[in-house]
Amino acid sequence: MSCWETIADYGLRSLGIGERVLPREGFTLCQQFTLIGSGMLWNIYFGVLALSAGFFLATAVALGKASNNVVIRKSSAWFIFLFRGSPLFIQFFFAYFLFLALKPISPIFDPFTSAWLGALIVLFLNTAAYSGEIFYGALQSVPRGDIEAADAYGMSGWARFKRVTWPTMLRLAWPAYTNEAIFLFHATTLVYFSGFPAWQQRGDALYYANFFADKTFNPFIPYPILAFYFILLTLCIISLFGLINRRLNRHLPQEARAKMKLKLNVIR
Amino acid sequence: MGLYWSFGTVLLLLAITAPTALAFGFGGASAARSRIAPLRLFGKGYIAIVRGVPDIAFFLFFVLALDIFFEWIRHEIKCPDWTDSIWQGNDFVVCDVAKLPMNNAPQWIHETYGFFLAVLTFAIVFGAFAANVLYGAMRAVPHNQLETAEAYGMSRRQVYWRILVPQMWVFALPGLSNLWLVLIKATPLLFLLGVEDIVYWARELGGSKTPRFTDYPHGDWRVWYFLGLLIFYLAFTRVSEIVLDKVMRKLTHGQATMAGEAQRKAAA
Repeated sequence: MSCWETIADYGLRSLGIGERVLPREGFTLCQQFTLIGSGMLWNIYFGVLALSAGFFLATAVALGKASNNVVIRKSSAWFIFLFRGSPLFIQFFFAYFLFLALKPISPIFDPFTSAWLGALIVLFLNTAAYSGEIFYGALQSVPRGDIEAADAYGMSGWARFKRVTWPTMLRLAWPAYTNEAIFLFHATTLVYFSGFPAWQQRGDALYYANFFADKTFNPFIPYPILAFYFILLTLCIISLFGLINRRLNRHLPQEARAKMKLKLNVIR
Repeated sequence: MGLYWSFGTVLLLLAITAPTALAFGFGGASAARSRIAPLRLFGKGYIAIVRGVPDIAFFLFFVLALDIFFEWIRHEIKCPDWTDSIWQGNDFVVCDVAKLPMNNAPQWIHETYGFFLAVLTFAIVFGAFAANVLYGAMRAVPHNQLETAEAYGMSRRQVYWRILVPQMWVFALPGLSNLWLVLIKATPLLFLLGVEDIVYWARELGGSKTPRFTDYPHGDWRVWYFLGLLIFYLAFTRVSEIVLDKVMRKLTHGQATMAGEAQRKAAA
């Protein structure tokens, strides 16, 4: 079987399209590359959706934590502590079993027990909490002069927020937010290792890498392939976020622009 | 009973891993700023590689890789006249005496060996992060201090041990305490490594072997176990934060930093 046929058969295997039966023996390098790459689709799906939805909740949470209202401030702070203070792993487990327990109550909860929705919600809340903290920190360090200038122009309320506070906050938070994005993508590998089952062996990249490592008892091929894919993904994220960073900083003189400093963090 | 023991396992892992990782980190940081080029390269390479790849891939990879590595070393020593390749097709084969742990070893040795591998893996991964923190901290110690020490006629080694190392902790502590919080959150990954930790037990106690079929005669209790775990981790995080805060205040005492200065002024 040529490599093209393998790609045709297994390229979309993680979505359930193509060959049903996973290869049993005589694993070729091409099969490993194809299947792990097809698993990456799930990692990208989780990462992109959680990140883009989480962005809005994160802004809300950051504003909430900085708010004058005690109830809003406390609940935002607790939300952040809850998700940053506990392992993502346990959050996945807890959510999965919570949804399982809710299942008999109403059929609405049916899709929640499968990874595509349940895990997505957990990742969404998790990234909202982590980026909320980042945005909150940035919000605290918005220069007072900027706000005063906005006041001098007669801006207030929504206009001031939209045109001054928010862009400055994003600009300050962006390098840290890039790291968060990278880490969110790394964290997506946890999905199928927690409670969420991989239905019909449709898993993410790590699921397939682990599958090959288990079958061949040779971790030196699948895991480096996985690492290769992730480094590629990380480079894409860095360049995309770098472009946005350039745009956010475009009004500043060259030397004052925030440098993107990559500081890789660890497990969440 | 197993559940209570597993809490002990987690605490034991933390107690052993933290100092080991710190030692690894110290070694890595010292190597990274060594004057000998290969050693420096090794230190920097260690830090860079471990930090670049998703953590849990590392956990999955290292346990297998270390296991193979140890068996291979023992194989080379104990059975020098073995002629076959150790890779037979997809199987990894070593002679019987080189097996680790021995096939006829009692169960507790197997468990201890698994635990030992887990500790080593954690130490390698977190050692790299600690090395990065300590490396930064060593560079943050004011240069004048080192120059003064040299002016007093101290040798390079004396400067390192008497001036640099005692002073770097205050710079390292914020990073290290962050790392500690991360380490706490990483312990549920133990269950992936096959050690019977609390996550393992929380899953077992739920009763069902197949989480996909969810018709229980009683309610699904696992939600509550995981809720308990969530609270355990949150409480643990909170207590650690408070303790680390205290330590930081102790360490800042008498240091030539802003916080140290503030403390001095407050006391006076």
